[in-house]
Amino acid sequence: MIHVIAFYLFAVMTVASGAITILSRNPVHSVLWLILAFFNAAGLMVLVGAEFIAMLLVIVYVGAVAVLFLFVVMMLDIDFAELRAGFVRYFPFGALVAIVLLAEMVLGIGAYKAGAIVLGTPDGTAATPAGTSNIQAIGTLLYSRYLFLFEAAGVILLVAMIGAIVLTHRQRSDTRGQNISKQNQRRPQDATFNVKPEIGQGVQI
Amino acid sequence: MDWSHSLRLIAPEETLSIAGLILLLIAAWGGDKASRLISILAVAALIGATALVAPALCSGAMGPDTSAFFGQIHADAFSSFGKILIYLSAAATLVVAPTFFDRFGAMRAEFPILVLFAALGSGLMVSAGDLVALYIGLEMNSLAAYVLAAFVRTDGRSAEAGLKYFVLGALASGILLFGMSLTYGFSGTTSFEGINAALSGGLSHGALFGVVFMLAGLAFKMSAVPFHMWTPDVYEGAPTPVTKFFATSGKVAAVGLTMRVMLEAFADQADAWRQIIVFIALASIVVGALGAIGQKNIKRLMAYSSINNVGFILVGLAAANVQGASAMLFYLVIYVAMTVAGFVTVLMLKDEAGNPVEDIASFAGLSRTRPGLALGLGLVMFSLAGIPPLFGFWGKFLVFRAAVDAGMMPLAAIGFAASVIGAFYYLKIVKVVYFDEPVDVIKGESDIWHKAILVVTCLFISPLGYLLSGWLQGLTDTAAAALFHAL
Repeated sequence: MIHVIAFYLFAVMTVASGAITILSRNPVHSVLWLILAFFNAAGLMVLVGAEFIAMLLVIVYVGAVAVLFLFVVMMLDIDFAELRAGFVRYFPFGALVAIVLLAEMVLGIGAYKAGAIVLGTPDGTAATPAGTSNIQAIGTLLYSRYLFLFEAAGVILLVAMIGAIVLTHRQRSDTRGQNISKQNQRRPQDATFNVKPEIGQGVQI
Repeated sequence: MDWSHSLRLIAPEETLSIAGLILLLIAAWGGDKASRLISILAVAALIGATALVAPALCSGAMGPDTSAFFGQIHADAFSSFGKILIYLSAAATLVVAPTFFDRFGAMRAEFPILVLFAALGSGLMVSAGDLVALYIGLEMNSLAAYVLAAFVRTDGRSAEAGLKYFVLGALASGILLFGMSLTYGFSGTTSFEGINAALSGGLSHGALFGVVFMLAGLAFKMSAVPFHMWTPDVYEGAPTPVTKFFATSGKVAAVGLTMRVMLEAFADQADAWRQIIVFIALASIVVGALGAIGQKNIKRLMAYSSINNVGFILVGLAAANVQGASAMLFYLVIYVAMTVAGFVTVLMLKDEAGNPVEDIASFAGLSRTRPGLALGLGLVMFSLAGIPPLFGFWGKFLVFRAAVDAGMMPLAAIGFAASVIGAFYYLKIVKVVYFDEPVDVIKGESDIWHKAILVVTCLFISPLGYLLSGWLQGLTDTAAAALFHAL
């Protein structure tokens, strides 16, 4: 019973926050609703028993993608009111796209019902061992069978990091950096002078 | 599975990655002043890795003993053949790069490290036995390549080359991934062996789409027509040593990977993909030859020449047998030697101030002002054109013979006719260099290393190369046999 209640709760929230994402006038609000939709989708994944995907949704989509998106929305000066201005003009085209999408969905579901596609059979390595959660199962695979590829993927990330630094980091001549040890070594007696200027004369430092 | 056995088989990869990490630390502390030292150490690491892979080729390693990590990596004679070519041409890149970059003060400590990681990725590509390994090797190579193309970021052309390569490369990776996911969906496994077994009953429509999309992605990486559009721009804009790296290591890796995928994963489906390969091969030969005719820039011309050469190499793949694969590998060796010689010559063509000269018109009368350089350029062009006494002819002969033996007479005939068209623009350069009035632009001197590499590669592509052909034929036959025994 609790499952059913939880499912409907998450599902309704996902659909509703998805709808509000599209409908809300303020793009920042849209992104916030999108984040709520991601959280609820993660809840649905937990209900299905795919904890790993639920965690990925929260960490990758909420933690990185949505926040990045929020930054983009806030940093770029996009006039969303102007973007929406041509609604009536572009309505026929939009309706056409919607009809095509609907037709594709109907066709796809029809083809699926007909059972025309024969997919390959997994070779058995994909099944989760009994008694372990799927996070544990994925971890075991990553660190045993796919250890080499996992490490190689780490090298790719390293290459990406080196690349980003090489292409953007440069020594700039027009700015002055902070030299903390030099700052700390400076004593009051080196920095302050007591001079007694003559009347009408400037101060020589 | 025996872990220590697997770890022993990937010793060259371990050497390269550990060397890369240590050099990265030296770069972090030493800064750009240490770039000379890092270059030398990186070359040493590449030579060391070459020494580690060579025994597998000499002993003709093949079969189940050579598969590491549940068949994800094959360390057989084929992969060591590819790796030797890749590592040596990466080392040649590192040798010629410093003098090029020093002129702009653009030599940075990260350059040799990125080349090292790109070579590591290329090595993974030729030894992949699994779709995941394929993709990881490809991306490691590509990511490093994007950065290398944009390495001289103060130069607009270099930045443009990097951006263009990145955007189109990402698109191609997406297409390749789509093909891989379809292939996985219809075969239920990611290992090449498993895919071949699962598809042995014939290709369904979905799996056929997978093959086509994978071929499209691979053709992009090989810069084969119709996915070649990026090549002239990237080759022209990227710094010349980097262009040389793309045209040698990158090409060997992409061709090796394509051979692995086509002859292992889809080995029993050769009838399904042969017509695609025939089309790609012929289109590359023709477009490469015709596109090069109007070029004024030597690097753009070399880009079209590389498209043209990929076409010839793929003629061997269309045969889909051991003889064809062996001919492809033989052609690859000669192609790498010709390309290294060609780009080293381009690097040596400098004006009085030491700036690179890429305009073909400026080479006029080079034979009278710089006879040695002119001879090198002439040899490379004649060899690329496939004029008989030179070694370049032998590679073309082998791939065409493989095609004819496999009963593909029309393919060989059209390819042969198109190679005559291709000869036109190579000979045009020889004409400019030997018969035009001297303009006397090329005056810069080059260091001993450029000359040494040029002399060695020119000797190889000269008729003297035929002395090695028996030995090379033995090696390519072993490597090709290993490819067919990997399953």
